Amino acid sequence: MTQAKPASTLVDTGEGRSNIASIQNLAKRYKHNGPLIIDNLNLEIQSGEFVALVGASGCGKSTLLNILSGLDTQSSGQVTLGAEAALLFQEHALLPWLTAGKNVELALKLIGVPRAERRAKAQELLELVHLPHAYDLRPHELSGGMRQRVAIARALAQGRKFLLMDEPFAALDAITRDLLHEELIRIWEETGLTVLFVTHNVREAVRLGQRVILMSSRPGRIINEWQVQGEEHRRIESPIVSQLSLEITEELRKEIKRHG
Amino acid sequence: MAKVTNVNDELGELAAGLDALDTHMDKKPSLAKRLAGGFAPLSAVIFVLIIWQVAIMLKVQPTWVLPSPAQVWQALVLRATDPNHNTNLWFSAFNSLRKGVTGFLIALTIGTPLGVLLGLNKPLRLVVRPLLTGLQQLPSVAWVPAAIIWFGLTDTTIFAVVLLGATPSIANGLISGIDQIPSIYLRAGRVLGARGLTFIREILLPAAWPGFLTGLEQGWAFSWRSLMAAELIAINPALGPGLGQMLDNARQLGDMAAVIASIVVILVVGVVIERLVFAPLRESTLRNRGLLR
Repeated sequence: MTQAKPASTLVDTGEGRSNIASIQNLAKRYKHNGPLIIDNLNLEIQSGEFVALVGASGCGKSTLLNILSGLDTQSSGQVTLGAEAALLFQEHALLPWLTAGKNVELALKLIGVPRAERRAKAQELLELVHLPHAYDLRPHELSGGMRQRVAIARALAQGRKFLLMDEPFAALDAITRDLLHEELIRIWEETGLTVLFVTHNVREAVRLGQRVILMSSRPGRIINEWQVQGEEHRRIESPIVSQLSLEITEELRKEIKRHG
Repeated sequence: MAKVTNVNDELGELAAGLDALDTHMDKKPSLAKRLAGGFAPLSAVIFVLIIWQVAIMLKVQPTWVLPSPAQVWQALVLRATDPNHNTNLWFSAFNSLRKGVTGFLIALTIGTPLGVLLGLNKPLRLVVRPLLTGLQQLPSVAWVPAAIIWFGLTDTTIFAVVLLGATPSIANGLISGIDQIPSIYLRAGRVLGARGLTFIREILLPAAWPGFLTGLEQGWAFSWRSLMAAELIAINPALGPGLGQMLDNARQLGDMAAVIASIVVILVVGVVIERLVFAPLRESTLRNRGLLR
Protein backbone atom coordinates (compact mmCIF):
# COMPACT_ATOMS: atom_id res chain seq x y z
CA MET A 1 0.00 0.00 0.00
CA THR A 2 1.37 3.37 -0.94
CA GLN A 3 1.60 6.15 1.61
CA ALA A 4 1.74 9.89 1.27
CA LYS A 5 5.36 10.97 1.21
CA PRO A 6 5.89 14.36 2.81
CA ALA A 7 8.02 16.92 1.03
CA SER A 8 10.46 16.81 3.89
CA THR A 9 12.33 14.14 5.76
CA LEU A 10 11.00 12.51 8.90
CA VAL A 11 13.20 12.90 11.95
CA ASP A 12 12.91 11.98 15.57
CA THR A 13 13.14 15.29 17.33
CA GLY A 14 13.97 13.86 20.73
CA GLU A 15 12.09 13.32 23.95
CA GLY A 16 9.81 15.53 26.04
CA ARG A 17 8.04 18.46 24.42
CA SER A 18 9.47 17.76 21.02
CA ASN A 19 8.78 19.74 17.91
CA ILE A 20 6.38 18.14 15.49
CA ALA A 21 7.14 20.71 12.82
CA SER A 22 10.15 22.90 12.34
CA ILE A 23 10.08 25.35 9.45
CA GLN A 24 13.19 27.40 8.65
CA ASN A 25 13.64 30.15 6.07
CA LEU A 26 10.81 28.74 3.99
CA ALA A 27 10.21 30.46 0.64
CA LYS A 28 7.87 29.61 -2.20
CA ARG A 29 7.44 30.90 -5.74
CA TYR A 30 5.21 29.18 -8.28
CA LYS A 31 7.27 30.30 -11.27
CA HIS A 32 11.02 30.62 -11.43
CA ASN A 33 11.04 34.42 -11.51
CA GLY A 34 7.50 34.81 -10.25
CA PRO A 35 6.45 36.69 -7.13
CA LEU A 36 7.29 35.33 -3.70
CA ILE A 37 4.21 33.72 -2.14
CA ILE A 38 5.94 32.87 1.12
CA ASP A 39 9.15 34.59 2.20
CA ASN A 40 11.54 33.64 4.98
CA LEU A 41 8.95 31.92 7.14
CA ASN A 42 10.15 30.45 10.43
CA LEU A 43 7.85 28.45 12.67
CA GLU A 44 8.26 25.82 15.35
CA ILE A 45 5.24 23.78 16.43
CA GLN A 46 5.43 21.61 19.50
CA SER A 47 3.91 18.19 19.69
CA GLY A 48 0.37 18.41 21.08
CA GLU A 49 0.08 22.13 20.48
CA PHE A 50 -2.94 23.91 18.95
CA VAL A 51 -1.65 26.72 16.73
CA ALA A 52 -4.00 29.09 14.91
CA LEU A 53 -2.72 31.00 11.92
CA VAL A 54 -4.48 34.16 10.70
CA GLY A 55 -3.87 36.43 7.77
CA ALA A 56 -5.69 38.24 4.97
CA SER A 57 -5.99 36.89 1.44
CA GLY A 58 -2.70 36.25 -0.32
CA CYS A 59 -0.71 35.42 2.80
CA GLY A 60 0.14 31.97 1.46
CA LYS A 61 -1.73 30.09 4.19
CA SER A 62 -3.02 27.41 1.87
CA THR A 63 0.36 27.17 0.14
CA LEU A 64 2.00 26.58 3.52
CA LEU A 65 -0.47 23.77 4.34
CA ASN A 66 0.04 22.21 0.93
CA ILE A 67 3.79 22.16 1.52
CA LEU A 68 3.38 20.66 5.00
CA SER A 69 1.02 17.97 3.71
CA GLY A 70 3.24 17.04 0.80
CA LEU A 71 0.87 18.26 -1.94
CA ASP A 72 3.42 20.92 -2.91
CA THR A 73 7.14 21.53 -2.43
CA GLN A 74 8.98 24.60 -1.19
CA SER A 75 11.30 26.66 -3.41
CA SER A 76 13.87 26.98 -0.65
CA GLY A 77 14.24 26.52 3.09
CA GLN A 78 13.90 23.61 5.46
CA VAL A 79 10.76 21.81 6.59
CA THR A 80 11.25 19.09 9.19
CA LEU A 81 8.23 17.11 10.32
CA GLY A 82 8.15 14.79 13.32
CA ALA A 83 5.03 13.09 11.97
CA GLU A 84 3.15 12.94 8.71
CA ALA A 85 0.31 15.42 8.50
CA ALA A 86 -3.33 14.95 7.53
CA LEU A 87 -5.00 17.83 5.68
CA LEU A 88 -8.59 19.00 6.08
CA PHE A 89 -10.09 21.30 3.44
CA GLN A 90 -12.58 24.14 3.61
CA GLU A 91 -14.92 22.09 1.44
CA HIS A 92 -15.58 18.82 3.20
CA ALA A 93 -14.07 16.79 0.29
CA LEU A 94 -16.03 13.66 1.20
CA LEU A 95 -16.27 11.33 -1.77
CA PRO A 96 -19.94 11.43 -2.88
CA TRP A 97 -20.02 7.85 -4.16
CA LEU A 98 -19.25 6.47 -0.70
CA THR A 99 -21.30 6.55 2.50
CA ALA A 100 -19.92 8.42 5.50
CA GLY A 101 -18.70 5.12 6.98
CA LYS A 102 -17.07 4.02 3.73
CA ASN A 103 -15.31 7.39 3.41
CA VAL A 104 -13.67 6.73 6.76
CA GLU A 105 -13.01 3.11 5.78
CA LEU A 106 -11.23 4.20 2.60
CA ALA A 107 -8.70 6.15 4.67
CA LEU A 108 -8.17 3.04 6.84
CA LYS A 109 -7.81 0.85 3.75
CA LEU A 110 -5.22 3.18 2.23
CA ILE A 111 -3.01 2.98 5.31
CA GLY A 112 -3.26 -0.80 5.22
CA VAL A 113 -5.78 -1.61 7.97
CA PRO A 114 -7.08 -5.17 7.35
CA ARG A 115 -10.62 -5.40 5.96
CA ALA A 116 -12.00 -7.23 9.00
CA GLU A 117 -11.10 -4.36 11.36
CA ARG A 118 -12.20 -1.46 9.19
CA ARG A 119 -15.90 -1.32 9.92
CA ALA A 120 -15.56 -1.33 13.69
CA LYS A 121 -12.79 1.25 13.59
CA ALA A 122 -14.76 3.52 11.26
CA GLN A 123 -17.79 3.31 13.54
CA GLU A 124 -15.58 4.13 16.53
CA LEU A 125 -14.24 7.22 14.77
CA LEU A 126 -17.76 8.34 13.79
CA GLU A 127 -18.75 8.02 17.46
CA LEU A 128 -15.74 10.12 18.40
CA VAL A 129 -17.10 12.98 16.26
CA HIS A 130 -20.60 12.42 17.70
CA LEU A 131 -22.05 10.80 14.59
CA PRO A 132 -22.93 7.31 15.82
CA HIS A 133 -25.80 6.87 13.35
CA ALA A 134 -24.20 8.32 10.23
CA TYR A 135 -22.41 5.23 8.94
CA ASP A 136 -24.81 4.45 6.09
CA LEU A 137 -25.69 8.02 5.17
CA ARG A 138 -24.43 9.55 1.94
CA PRO A 139 -22.56 12.87 2.06
CA HIS A 140 -25.48 14.73 0.42
CA GLU A 141 -27.77 13.52 3.19
CA LEU A 142 -25.60 15.19 5.84
CA SER A 143 -25.60 18.82 6.90
CA GLY A 144 -22.48 20.94 6.37
CA GLY A 145 -21.41 20.52 9.98
CA MET A 146 -21.91 16.76 9.89
CA ARG A 147 -19.89 16.48 6.69
CA GLN A 148 -17.01 18.38 8.24
CA ARG A 149 -17.15 16.08 11.27
CA VAL A 150 -17.02 13.02 8.99
CA ALA A 151 -14.04 14.67 7.27
CA ILE A 152 -12.38 15.04 10.69
CA ALA A 153 -13.08 11.37 11.43
CA ARG A 154 -11.58 10.45 8.05
CA ALA A 155 -8.47 12.53 8.76
CA LEU A 156 -8.14 10.84 12.17
CA ALA A 157 -8.49 7.46 10.46
CA GLN A 158 -5.19 8.10 8.73
CA GLY A 159 -3.59 7.75 12.14
CA ARG A 160 -1.59 10.93 11.67
CA LYS A 161 -0.52 12.86 14.77
CA PHE A 162 -0.55 16.22 13.00
CA LEU A 163 -3.75 17.75 11.67
CA LEU A 164 -3.64 20.64 9.19
CA MET A 165 -6.93 22.50 8.84
CA ASP A 166 -7.49 24.92 5.97
CA GLU A 167 -10.41 27.17 7.01
CA PRO A 168 -12.48 24.08 7.71
CA PHE A 169 -15.49 25.88 9.20
CA ALA A 170 -15.63 28.93 6.92
CA ALA A 171 -18.69 27.74 5.01
CA LEU A 172 -20.75 26.86 8.09
CA ASP A 173 -23.45 28.88 9.84
CA ALA A 174 -22.59 30.50 13.18
CA ILE A 175 -24.43 28.00 15.41
CA THR A 176 -22.86 25.00 13.72
CA ARG A 177 -19.42 26.62 13.73
CA ASP A 178 -19.71 27.29 17.45
CA LEU A 179 -20.54 23.64 18.05
CA LEU A 180 -17.68 22.46 15.87
CA HIS A 181 -15.23 24.68 17.76
CA GLU A 182 -16.21 22.88 20.91
CA GLU A 183 -16.06 19.46 19.23
CA LEU A 184 -12.64 20.17 17.79
CA ILE A 185 -11.20 21.23 21.15
CA ARG A 186 -12.72 18.14 22.76
CA ILE A 187 -11.24 15.85 20.08
CA TRP A 188 -7.89 17.60 20.37
CA GLU A 189 -7.88 17.04 24.13
CA GLU A 190 -8.96 13.42 23.84
CA THR A 191 -6.52 12.43 21.12
CA GLY A 192 -3.41 14.49 21.92
CA LEU A 193 -3.21 15.65 18.32
CA THR A 194 -1.18 18.60 17.13
CA VAL A 195 -3.33 21.06 15.17
CA LEU A 196 -2.33 23.83 12.80
CA PHE A 197 -5.55 25.71 12.12
CA VAL A 198 -5.61 28.31 9.35
CA THR A 199 -8.40 30.88 9.25
CA HIS A 200 -9.46 34.35 8.07
CA ASN A 201 -11.40 34.79 11.28
CA VAL A 202 -9.43 36.40 14.13
CA ARG A 203 -12.02 35.51 16.79
CA GLU A 204 -12.03 31.91 15.68
CA ALA A 205 -8.23 31.84 15.92
CA VAL A 206 -8.26 33.23 19.47
CA ARG A 207 -11.16 30.98 20.47
CA LEU A 208 -9.25 27.85 19.41
CA GLY A 209 -5.51 28.45 19.47
CA GLN A 210 -3.09 28.20 22.37
CA ARG A 211 -0.95 30.36 20.19
CA VAL A 212 -2.11 32.73 17.44
CA ILE A 213 0.20 33.60 14.59
CA LEU A 214 -0.40 36.58 12.30
CA MET A 215 0.87 36.47 8.75
CA SER A 216 1.51 39.30 6.31
CA SER A 217 0.30 39.14 2.73
CA ARG A 218 2.31 39.11 -0.51
CA PRO A 219 4.69 37.75 0.48
CA GLY A 220 3.57 35.69 3.44
CA ARG A 221 5.73 36.18 6.52
CA ILE A 222 5.05 35.85 10.21
CA ILE A 223 4.64 39.33 11.65
CA ASN A 224 3.50 38.66 15.18
CA GLU A 225 2.58 35.97 17.62
CA TRP A 226 0.39 35.81 20.76
CA GLN A 227 0.11 33.23 23.50
CA VAL A 228 -3.54 32.95 24.52
CA GLN A 229 -3.55 32.96 28.31
CA GLY A 230 -6.36 32.42 30.74
CA GLU A 231 -9.50 30.38 30.58
CA GLU A 232 -9.04 26.72 29.82
CA HIS A 233 -12.44 26.36 28.17
CA ARG A 234 -13.13 29.74 26.68
CA ARG A 235 -15.99 30.45 24.32
CA ILE A 236 -16.24 32.77 21.38
CA GLU A 237 -18.05 35.24 23.72
CA SER A 238 -15.36 35.12 26.42
CA PRO A 239 -13.83 38.52 27.35
CA ILE A 240 -10.31 37.23 26.68
CA VAL A 241 -11.34 36.34 23.12
CA SER A 242 -12.81 39.79 22.50
CA GLN A 243 -9.83 41.65 23.97
CA LEU A 244 -7.15 39.75 22.15
CA SER A 245 -9.18 39.72 18.91
CA LEU A 246 -9.32 43.54 19.00
CA GLU A 247 -5.58 43.74 19.38
CA ILE A 248 -4.84 41.24 16.62
CA THR A 249 -7.42 42.79 14.28
CA GLU A 250 -5.74 46.18 14.72
CA GLU A 251 -2.46 44.72 13.54
CA LEU A 252 -4.12 42.79 10.74
CA ARG A 253 -5.75 46.05 9.50
CA LYS A 254 -2.42 47.85 9.59
CA GLU A 255 -0.98 45.10 7.46
CA ILE A 256 -3.91 45.23 5.01
CA LYS A 257 -3.70 49.05 4.66
CA ARG A 258 -0.07 48.69 3.65
CA HIS A 259 -1.31 47.15 0.37
CA GLY A 260 -3.78 49.96 -0.41
CA MET B 1 -6.60 5.21 18.31
CA ALA B 2 -8.80 7.53 20.25
CA LYS B 3 -10.99 6.28 23.04
CA VAL B 4 -14.70 6.03 22.42
CA THR B 5 -16.64 8.96 23.78
CA ASN B 6 -19.85 8.71 25.65
CA VAL B 7 -22.41 9.98 23.19
CA ASN B 8 -24.80 10.96 25.92
CA ASP B 9 -22.78 13.92 27.15
CA GLU B 10 -24.03 17.44 26.69
CA LEU B 11 -22.02 18.24 23.59
CA GLY B 12 -23.24 15.04 21.99
CA GLU B 13 -26.85 15.96 22.69
CA LEU B 14 -26.29 19.41 21.23
CA ALA B 15 -24.73 17.88 18.12
CA ALA B 16 -27.55 15.37 17.77
CA GLY B 17 -30.17 18.11 18.05
CA LEU B 18 -28.48 20.30 15.47
CA ASP B 19 -27.98 17.36 13.12
CA ALA B 20 -31.65 16.44 13.36
CA LEU B 21 -32.62 20.03 12.50
CA ASP B 22 -30.18 20.28 9.60
CA THR B 23 -30.59 17.01 7.74
CA HIS B 24 -33.09 16.05 5.12
CA MET B 25 -33.47 12.47 4.01
CA ASP B 26 -34.16 11.49 0.43
CA LYS B 27 -37.52 9.91 -0.06
CA LYS B 28 -37.99 7.15 -2.60
CA PRO B 29 -40.83 7.91 -5.03
CA SER B 30 -44.11 6.16 -4.17
CA LEU B 31 -45.09 2.89 -5.85
CA ALA B 32 -47.96 4.61 -7.66
CA LYS B 33 -45.59 7.20 -9.11
CA ARG B 34 -43.11 4.55 -10.22
CA LEU B 35 -45.87 2.50 -11.85
CA ALA B 36 -47.14 5.60 -13.62
CA GLY B 37 -43.58 6.22 -14.84
CA GLY B 38 -43.45 2.67 -16.18
CA PHE B 39 -46.77 2.81 -17.98
CA ALA B 40 -46.40 6.25 -19.54
CA PRO B 41 -44.16 5.04 -22.41
CA LEU B 42 -46.61 2.20 -23.03
CA SER B 43 -49.31 4.70 -23.95
CA ALA B 44 -47.08 5.95 -26.79
CA VAL B 45 -46.86 2.38 -28.14
CA ILE B 46 -50.65 2.03 -27.96
CA PHE B 47 -51.02 5.35 -29.78
CA VAL B 48 -48.74 4.18 -32.63
CA LEU B 49 -50.66 0.87 -32.86
CA ILE B 50 -53.98 2.75 -33.13
CA ILE B 51 -52.69 5.04 -35.92
CA TRP B 52 -51.26 1.98 -37.68
CA GLN B 53 -54.53 0.05 -37.42
CA VAL B 54 -56.51 3.05 -38.69
CA ALA B 55 -54.14 3.32 -41.68
CA ILE B 56 -54.75 -0.36 -42.43
CA MET B 57 -58.54 0.07 -42.20
CA LEU B 58 -58.37 3.08 -44.54
CA LYS B 59 -56.28 0.91 -46.93
CA VAL B 60 -53.63 3.63 -47.31
CA GLN B 61 -51.19 1.07 -48.78
CA PRO B 62 -51.54 -2.56 -49.93
CA THR B 63 -50.63 -5.03 -47.16
CA TRP B 64 -47.45 -6.26 -48.91
CA VAL B 65 -46.14 -2.72 -48.41
CA LEU B 66 -47.75 -2.00 -45.04
CA PRO B 67 -48.81 -5.17 -43.23
CA SER B 68 -51.32 -4.95 -40.42
CA PRO B 69 -50.36 -5.23 -36.73
CA ALA B 70 -52.08 -8.62 -36.66
CA GLN B 71 -49.95 -9.88 -39.57
CA VAL B 72 -46.77 -8.68 -37.86
CA TRP B 73 -47.89 -10.36 -34.65
CA GLN B 74 -48.47 -13.61 -36.58
CA ALA B 75 -44.98 -13.32 -38.11
CA LEU B 76 -43.56 -12.84 -34.61
CA VAL B 77 -45.42 -15.86 -33.19
CA LEU B 78 -44.37 -17.98 -36.18
CA ARG B 79 -40.70 -17.17 -35.59
CA ALA B 80 -40.94 -17.44 -31.82
CA THR B 81 -42.25 -21.02 -32.16
CA ASP B 82 -40.05 -22.00 -35.11
CA PRO B 83 -38.44 -25.43 -34.37
CA ASN B 84 -35.50 -24.61 -36.68
CA HIS B 85 -32.84 -22.95 -34.52
CA ASN B 86 -31.36 -21.02 -37.42
CA THR B 87 -34.58 -19.09 -38.02
CA ASN B 88 -36.04 -19.18 -34.51
CA LEU B 89 -36.58 -15.72 -33.04
CA TRP B 90 -35.28 -16.52 -29.54
CA PHE B 91 -32.14 -18.22 -30.80
CA SER B 92 -31.51 -15.37 -33.24
CA ALA B 93 -32.04 -12.69 -30.59
CA PHE B 94 -29.94 -14.56 -28.04
CA ASN B 95 -27.11 -15.15 -30.49
CA SER B 96 -27.08 -11.51 -31.64
CA LEU B 97 -27.21 -10.29 -28.06
CA ARG B 98 -24.37 -12.62 -27.10
CA LYS B 99 -22.21 -11.22 -29.91
CA GLY B 100 -23.18 -7.65 -29.09
CA VAL B 101 -22.40 -8.07 -25.39
CA THR B 102 -19.12 -9.88 -26.08
CA GLY B 103 -18.03 -7.15 -28.50
CA PHE B 104 -19.08 -4.49 -26.02
CA LEU B 105 -17.11 -6.13 -23.20
CA ILE B 106 -13.99 -6.35 -25.38
CA ALA B 107 -14.48 -2.67 -26.29
CA LEU B 108 -14.81 -1.93 -22.57
CA THR B 109 -11.52 -3.65 -21.71
CA ILE B 110 -9.75 -1.67 -24.45
CA GLY B 111 -11.60 1.64 -24.00
CA THR B 112 -11.19 1.89 -20.23
CA PRO B 113 -7.37 1.87 -20.01
CA LEU B 114 -7.25 4.02 -23.15
CA GLY B 115 -9.61 6.55 -21.56
CA VAL B 116 -7.65 6.60 -18.29
CA LEU B 117 -4.38 7.06 -20.17
CA LEU B 118 -5.72 9.92 -22.29
CA GLY B 119 -7.64 11.38 -19.36
CA LEU B 120 -4.47 11.71 -17.30
CA ASN B 121 -1.92 12.45 -20.01
CA LYS B 122 -2.78 15.82 -21.58
CA PRO B 123 0.01 15.91 -24.24
CA LEU B 124 -0.86 12.43 -25.48
CA ARG B 125 -4.51 13.38 -25.56
CA LEU B 126 -3.79 16.36 -27.82
CA VAL B 127 -2.32 13.92 -30.33
CA VAL B 128 -4.80 11.05 -30.08
CA ARG B 129 -8.18 12.52 -29.20
CA PRO B 130 -9.04 14.09 -32.60
CA LEU B 131 -8.48 10.67 -34.15
CA LEU B 132 -10.70 9.09 -31.49
CA THR B 133 -13.46 11.65 -32.05
CA GLY B 134 -13.15 11.11 -35.82
CA LEU B 135 -13.58 7.37 -35.32
CA GLN B 136 -16.58 8.03 -33.10
CA GLN B 137 -18.23 10.08 -35.87
CA LEU B 138 -17.47 7.48 -38.54
CA PRO B 139 -20.46 5.16 -39.16
CA SER B 140 -18.93 1.84 -38.21
CA VAL B 141 -20.79 0.10 -41.04
CA ALA B 142 -18.04 1.63 -43.20
CA TRP B 143 -15.65 -0.88 -41.62
CA VAL B 144 -17.70 -3.89 -42.74
CA PRO B 145 -16.19 -4.27 -46.26
CA ALA B 146 -12.67 -3.83 -44.90
CA ALA B 147 -13.28 -6.31 -42.07
CA ILE B 148 -14.69 -8.89 -44.52
CA ILE B 149 -11.54 -8.64 -46.65
CA TRP B 150 -9.31 -8.89 -43.55
CA PHE B 151 -11.10 -11.59 -41.60
CA GLY B 152 -13.53 -13.20 -44.05
CA LEU B 153 -17.16 -13.97 -43.16
CA THR B 154 -16.37 -14.92 -39.56
CA ASP B 155 -17.25 -13.83 -36.03
CA THR B 156 -13.95 -11.94 -35.99
CA THR B 157 -15.33 -9.60 -38.65
CA ILE B 158 -18.44 -8.99 -36.54
CA PHE B 159 -16.40 -8.31 -33.39
CA ALA B 160 -13.99 -6.03 -35.25
CA VAL B 161 -16.86 -3.86 -36.49
CA VAL B 162 -18.55 -3.77 -33.07
CA LEU B 163 -15.23 -2.93 -31.43
CA LEU B 164 -14.41 -0.11 -33.81
CA GLY B 165 -17.89 1.29 -33.22
CA ALA B 166 -17.93 1.10 -29.42
CA THR B 167 -14.37 1.68 -28.23
CA PRO B 168 -14.08 5.38 -29.22
CA SER B 169 -17.36 6.21 -27.44
CA ILE B 170 -16.32 4.41 -24.27
CA ALA B 171 -12.86 6.02 -24.20
CA ASN B 172 -14.24 9.47 -25.02
CA GLY B 173 -16.93 9.17 -22.35
CA LEU B 174 -14.32 8.26 -19.76
CA ILE B 175 -12.09 11.19 -20.81
CA SER B 176 -15.04 13.61 -20.41
CA GLY B 177 -15.86 11.98 -17.07
CA ILE B 178 -12.30 12.53 -15.87
CA ASP B 179 -12.35 16.15 -17.08
CA GLN B 180 -15.51 16.82 -15.07
CA ILE B 181 -14.13 15.54 -11.75
CA PRO B 182 -14.06 18.40 -9.22
CA SER B 183 -10.38 18.82 -8.33
CA ILE B 184 -11.19 18.59 -4.61
CA TYR B 185 -11.82 14.82 -4.94
CA LEU B 186 -8.46 14.30 -6.61
CA ARG B 187 -6.73 16.31 -3.88
CA ALA B 188 -8.64 14.41 -1.20
CA GLY B 189 -7.50 11.14 -2.76
CA ARG B 190 -3.88 12.24 -2.77
CA VAL B 191 -4.08 13.51 0.81
CA LEU B 192 -5.49 10.12 1.85
CA GLY B 193 -2.46 8.49 0.27
CA ALA B 194 -3.98 6.94 -2.87
CA ARG B 195 -1.31 6.53 -5.56
CA GLY B 196 -0.94 4.76 -8.88
CA LEU B 197 -3.41 1.96 -9.60
CA THR B 198 -5.00 2.38 -6.17
CA PHE B 199 -5.70 6.01 -7.03
CA ILE B 200 -7.26 5.00 -10.36
CA ARG B 201 -9.41 2.30 -8.76
CA GLU B 202 -10.50 4.08 -5.58
CA ILE B 203 -10.70 7.71 -6.72
CA LEU B 204 -10.41 8.37 -10.45
CA LEU B 205 -12.83 5.79 -11.86
CA PRO B 206 -15.61 6.26 -9.28
CA ALA B 207 -15.27 10.04 -9.55
CA ALA B 208 -15.46 9.85 -13.36
CA TRP B 209 -18.31 7.33 -13.28
CA PRO B 210 -21.22 9.66 -14.28
CA GLY B 211 -19.45 10.69 -17.51
CA PHE B 212 -18.13 7.19 -18.02
CA LEU B 213 -21.64 5.76 -17.75
CA THR B 214 -22.83 8.09 -20.53
CA GLY B 215 -19.92 6.81 -22.64
CA LEU B 216 -20.89 3.21 -21.87
CA GLU B 217 -24.50 3.83 -22.88
CA GLN B 218 -23.39 5.37 -26.14
CA GLY B 219 -20.83 2.59 -26.59
CA TRP B 220 -23.56 -0.03 -26.19
CA ALA B 221 -25.81 1.81 -28.68
CA PHE B 222 -22.94 1.83 -31.18
CA SER B 223 -22.23 -1.86 -30.48
CA TRP B 224 -25.80 -2.85 -31.17
CA ARG B 225 -26.09 -0.74 -34.33
CA SER B 226 -22.73 -1.93 -35.67
CA LEU B 227 -23.69 -5.51 -34.97
CA MET B 228 -26.95 -5.20 -36.90
CA ALA B 229 -25.15 -3.52 -39.84
CA ALA B 230 -22.51 -6.25 -39.84
CA GLU B 231 -25.10 -9.05 -39.65
CA LEU B 232 -27.07 -7.55 -42.53
CA ILE B 233 -24.02 -7.38 -44.79
CA ALA B 234 -21.86 -10.30 -43.72
CA ILE B 235 -24.21 -13.21 -44.40
CA ASN B 236 -22.83 -16.69 -43.85
CA PRO B 237 -24.57 -19.77 -42.38
CA ALA B 238 -21.39 -20.41 -40.36
CA LEU B 239 -22.13 -17.26 -38.34
CA GLY B 240 -25.21 -18.92 -36.86
CA PRO B 241 -28.62 -17.32 -36.34
CA GLY B 242 -28.97 -13.57 -35.76
CA LEU B 243 -31.52 -10.77 -35.94
CA GLY B 244 -29.69 -9.15 -38.85
CA GLN B 245 -29.88 -12.44 -40.78
CA MET B 246 -33.55 -12.79 -39.86
CA LEU B 247 -34.24 -9.34 -41.26
CA ASP B 248 -32.28 -10.05 -44.45
CA ASN B 249 -34.07 -13.40 -44.93
CA ALA B 250 -37.42 -11.69 -44.65
CA ARG B 251 -36.38 -9.07 -47.21
CA GLN B 252 -35.23 -11.74 -49.65
CA LEU B 253 -38.59 -13.54 -49.30
CA GLY B 254 -40.42 -10.24 -49.79
CA ASP B 255 -42.25 -10.95 -46.49
CA MET B 256 -42.97 -7.43 -45.27
CA ALA B 257 -44.68 -8.59 -42.07
CA ALA B 258 -41.52 -10.54 -41.16
CA VAL B 259 -39.36 -7.52 -42.02
CA ILE B 260 -41.37 -5.32 -39.62
CA ALA B 261 -41.38 -8.12 -37.02
CA SER B 262 -37.56 -8.31 -37.18
CA ILE B 263 -37.25 -4.54 -36.84
CA VAL B 264 -39.59 -4.61 -33.85
CA VAL B 265 -37.47 -7.31 -32.17
CA ILE B 266 -34.24 -5.32 -32.76
CA LEU B 267 -35.92 -2.25 -31.31
CA VAL B 268 -37.30 -4.13 -28.30
CA VAL B 269 -33.89 -5.64 -27.47
CA GLY B 270 -32.40 -2.13 -27.48
CA VAL B 271 -35.18 -0.77 -25.24
CA VAL B 272 -34.99 -3.73 -22.85
CA ILE B 273 -31.21 -3.35 -22.38
CA GLU B 274 -31.62 0.38 -21.78
CA ARG B 275 -34.45 -0.15 -19.25
CA LEU B 276 -32.95 -3.15 -17.44
CA VAL B 277 -29.27 -2.19 -17.41
CA PHE B 278 -28.53 1.45 -18.07
CA ALA B 279 -31.58 3.21 -16.62
CA PRO B 280 -31.20 1.56 -13.16
CA LEU B 281 -27.45 2.23 -13.19
CA ARG B 282 -28.06 5.87 -14.09
CA GLU B 283 -30.72 6.32 -11.46
CA SER B 284 -28.77 4.68 -8.64
CA THR B 285 -25.71 6.76 -9.55
CA LEU B 286 -27.68 10.00 -9.41
CA ARG B 287 -29.52 8.97 -6.25
CA ASN B 288 -26.38 7.90 -4.39
CA ARG B 289 -24.63 11.16 -5.20
CA GLY B 290 -27.62 13.34 -4.40
CA LEU B 291 -27.94 14.56 -7.99
CA LEU B 292 -31.52 13.39 -8.48
CA ARG B 293 -34.06 16.17 -8.87
